[in-house]
Amino acid sequence: MAIESRADDEFDVAVVGGGLVGVATAWGLSREGCRVVILDEGDRAVRASRGNFALVWVQSKGLGLAPYAGWTIRSSNAWRGFSDLLKQETGLDVSFQRPGGFHLCLSEKELEARANVLKRLHNQPGIVDYKTEILTHDQVKAMLPDIGPEVVGGSFCPLDGHVNSLRLFRTLHAALNARGVTYLPSHRVEAITREAGEFRLATPHGEIRAAKVALAAGNANMRLAPMVGLEAPMRPERGQIVVTERLRPFLNHPVVTLRQTDEGTVMIGDSKEESVDPSGLTIGVSATEAERAVRQFPLLANVNVVRTWSAIRVMTQDGFPIYDESQTHPGAFTVCCHSGVTLAANHALTIAPMIARGALDASLVAPFSARRFHVQAAG
Amino acid sequence: MFKRLAEKGPAISITVDGKPVTARAGDTVASALLGAGIDHCRTTPVTGAPRAPYCLMGVCFDCLVTVDGVGSRQGCLIPVREGMKVETQLGRREAGR
Amino acid sequence: MIAAADLASSYELVVIGGGPAGLAAATLAARAGVATVLFDENPGIGGQIYRAITSTPVSDRAILGKDYWDGAVLADEAKASGALIANGATVWSLDRQRLVGVSIGGKARVIEAGRVIIATGSQERPFPIPGWTLPGVMTAGAAQTALKAQGLVVEGRTVLAGSGPLLWLLAAQTLRAGGRIAAILDTTPRRNWLQAMFHLPDFALSPYFAKGLALLREVRAKVPVHRVGTIEAVGTDRVREVVFSGAGGTRRLPVDLLLLHQGVVPNVNLANAAGVAHVWNDRQICFVPVLDADFGSSVPGIAVAGDGAGIAGGTAAAERGRIAAIAAVRALRPDSVVPDTQAIRQRLQREEMGRAFLDWLNRPADSFRLPVGDTIACRCEEVTAQQVRETAQMGCEGPNQMKAFLRCGMGPCQGRLCGLTVTELIAAERKTSPDEVGYYRLRPPVKPITLAELASLPISEVERKAVER
Ligand SMILES: Cc1cc2nc3c(=O)[nH]c(=O)nc-3n(C[C@H](O)[C@@H](O)[C@H](O)COP(=O)(O)OP(=O)(O)OC[C@H]3O[C@@H](n4cnc5c(N)ncnc54)[C@H](O)[C@@H]3O)c2cc1C
Ligand SMILES: Cc1cc2nc3c(=O)[nH]c(=O)nc-3n(C[C@H](O)[C@H](O)[C@H](O)COP(=O)(O)OP(=O)(O)OC[C@H]3O[C@@H](n4cnc5c(N)ncnc54)[C@H](O)[C@@H]3O)c2cc1C
Ligand code: FES
Repeated sequence: MAIESRADDEFDVAVVGGGLVGVATAWGLSREGCRVVILDEGDRAVRASRGNFALVWVQSKGLGLAPYAGWTIRSSNAWRGFSDLLKQETGLDVSFQRPGGFHLCLSEKELEARANVLKRLHNQPGIVDYKTEILTHDQVKAMLPDIGPEVVGGSFCPLDGHVNSLRLFRTLHAALNARGVTYLPSHRVEAITREAGEFRLATPHGEIRAAKVALAAGNANMRLAPMVGLEAPMRPERGQIVVTERLRPFLNHPVVTLRQTDEGTVMIGDSKEESVDPSGLTIGVSATEAERAVRQFPLLANVNVVRTWSAIRVMTQDGFPIYDESQTHPGAFTVCCHSGVTLAANHALTIAPMIARGALDASLVAPFSARRFHVQAAG
Repeated sequence: MFKRLAEKGPAISITVDGKPVTARAGDTVASALLGAGIDHCRTTPVTGAPRAPYCLMGVCFDCLVTVDGVGSRQGCLIPVREGMKVETQLGRREAGR
Repeated sequence: MIAAADLASSYELVVIGGGPAGLAAATLAARAGVATVLFDENPGIGGQIYRAITSTPVSDRAILGKDYWDGAVLADEAKASGALIANGATVWSLDRQRLVGVSIGGKARVIEAGRVIIATGSQERPFPIPGWTLPGVMTAGAAQTALKAQGLVVEGRTVLAGSGPLLWLLAAQTLRAGGRIAAILDTTPRRNWLQAMFHLPDFALSPYFAKGLALLREVRAKVPVHRVGTIEAVGTDRVREVVFSGAGGTRRLPVDLLLLHQGVVPNVNLANAAGVAHVWNDRQICFVPVLDADFGSSVPGIAVAGDGAGIAGGTAAAERGRIAAIAAVRALRPDSVVPDTQAIRQRLQREEMGRAFLDWLNRPADSFRLPVGDTIACRCEEVTAQQVRETAQMGCEGPNQMKAFLRCGMGPCQGRLCGLTVTELIAAERKTSPDEVGYYRLRPPVKPITLAELASLPISEVERKAVER
């Protein structure tokens, strides 16, 4: 794939953003037969897709917006088929597993709070029951023999799983490359206009034209969406992750804050700080994560930490996805969410075909329009 | 691969995979292995390939061994101690060790 | 031996690295009354050039030579200076606020520093040839370290390969110690002379000129030297043979030990993780920190001295350490009396004079920096050159995306042994400059610490709240 600009090429869809959301959508579009170009930033870009925790996670999703639970389950259920398709195309195994996942609590207070969240979640009208149970220490121990005595209990959801998300990222890029999709890094989109029935995207390396445009630029959608009559109110948030050396397998289920990858490393994380500086790292936050990890799994005490990092979450103002199509600029769409790993199967297999057809299917995604922010504001 | 210029300094007894090895004061774990003609100290966690100390200055991490039951220690930075138990490390480390 | 618990919670000056730069810096600052601590991860002070200067079992001074023993003065002065010297102390984190994370004997601390001087020196340049990961293949520096620190001298069929003054120095020291060297494979491209010649007049005036010639003569008298264009280490469980080709065709030599070296490059990990800006140095083919005349970096209060600031040798390292220390003293204690920098700068200039010649003459050939095919680029994650090249072709523009895709640089060495190779490979595939490609963005810990150590560090209420929900 050439890296130089293709101002004269004809593209059906320009996908803005080469993170997981962008490449999953682009892959789906290519499967639908669209000629796709992906416009992305360079190597040092802020890219949540390089720094995430890799859960394909269901439990806890949907508190405050019941349809989000159903949307998440749809993706969780589609994930196996999605990973099989990717393997057929590339030979790469993204190591998707859905053994069920845990949320572990280190005090009665935490466990009570956890039970409360689940109760409120399930009491919402129209929620899909996804069978999350509260378990005692002994019940957890029967499934996770290495937990420490301080784990008082936790919750378990059989739909939870995980994947090797960096390999997923690479696999999608490799699949796109094999399909001949044009990927243009260092093509940061500065402006988008619609002229003579097509979109013109201005980049430092010239203008790219396409019939449709899908905004998948993460938090940058906030700036880009208004250019095509859409909106994407965001509130980025920083998460920090600790990762260990490779270990022999010891943990068969992902925990929301701790998981063993197929390569053997253990990832520990799930902090939330209001910051947009991805270069900042707070030692005390890593320390808290480490301290809780050792209390959850005391056998990890002597294990070496090889790296910590922080990454900026793509977060909409209410935390739920935004899928929209423009009224004023027909052919412009937003695809924007946190949990882009979990939802990758939906983006590839459900959202992309809608964009290819030129209209979102309201029966599936109407609740995720950014118009909800006005309804709430008015109410 | 290496011989000692002079058998100077007090002898220190350690074991490597259970076998006795005589090191010298001033040795690191890695130099003790090299001095005893042991030419590899681990296999990699990725493909299981054999590896031996490469840089002896703490940058390559190919000298990782298990020392007194604790895995993944940098042999070239750790001075030997009387009675130290060194084990070669095979593949990925085991949690809890 | 200083334990982690003995450390104060803050020091006016933290010096990281106990080679000539760190020792000279700590000595000068402590003498000026600055509360100074020096951390070095080795069991003893001296750094690379003066490794084990206070404990070496090599008593015949002729073996390691006068330049080595000159280091004893620096070590003695540092010990008497009043600076606290902590050995076995690994610095695993440094940030813009000058919080220094250090681990001693399996216990971690975070210390506040008024100023920091990074004096972590250099490391040998990666030498990615086929078979370089096999047991029995080591760096020349490793053999030299074993000689200095433990009096171990090579035995059996030993071949040295590569380029640069250190290769010849090790050869000479080995021969003096009674070691045998079967052959030296000289990888220096002949055409390097063309560029180097311009700088010969300067080099002729530098202290390295006479020393260098004498070394070459000493070694060539005893060891066959072959000029080669390719080298391969062959074997399965360990290296058995070295295969090389040059003007005389392809040859094979049985070996027990193959020692590789093609110069040294700054050890950038700590400075990079602290956010210090770096720039590509085309003459030295490596990244160097961007520094002012006092070796101050782009991060306020953090200086980088010694070979970590760009390769200039041990004597220059000490002078650079002094200059950085004077700037620190002036900032911390403006009333203290410090030596005149003018004289130091003059000495430094004299030391640095011959560098251009040495750099051009010993510039490693492309073929020894830009591997192809199945040759391993990243030793930790066993990523091959071909994988890096193909992924670059796919549109992967830089080392950070490459790391996400292939895991190169994600192992325990944190890219120290693959970083330059990966950057240069991407640049070659993209037909652009390494400066354009950039380097890995490094994150703490720059050296591994245990989860329990990390867990033991102080945690504020806000930090706890960021995780517990
Ligand atoms: C293996 C090797 C051998 C060399 N031998 C010679 C020689 O014989 N003669 C010669 O002229 N030049 C030699 N050099 C070149 C060398 O760069 C010298 O010019 C000189 O040692 C540089 O001095 P320095 O003070 O900058 O750093 P160094 O002498 O390299 O000292 C840096 C010190 O910092 C320590 N350190 C690094 N990272 C950390 C950390 N995170 N935490 C704590 N401590 C840390 C290191 O252990 C080391 O002791 C050698 C270089 C190498 C790599
Ligand atoms: C710490 C952390 C943990 C997480 N854990 C999980 C998890 O366990 N499970 C899960 O499902 N999700 C998780 N996520 C969320 C997930 O990583 C994100 O939802 C997902 O990566 C978002 O992908 P994206 O493509 O929207 O954003 P990004 O990866 O940020 O990509 C956006 C892309 O757009 C590009 N861009 C920006 N502006 C422009 C422009 N003007 N022109 C062109 N390109 C532009 C950027 O360079 C970038 O490549 C986590 C996130 C974080 C930070
Ligand atoms: S031999 Fe390289 S780190 Fe020990």
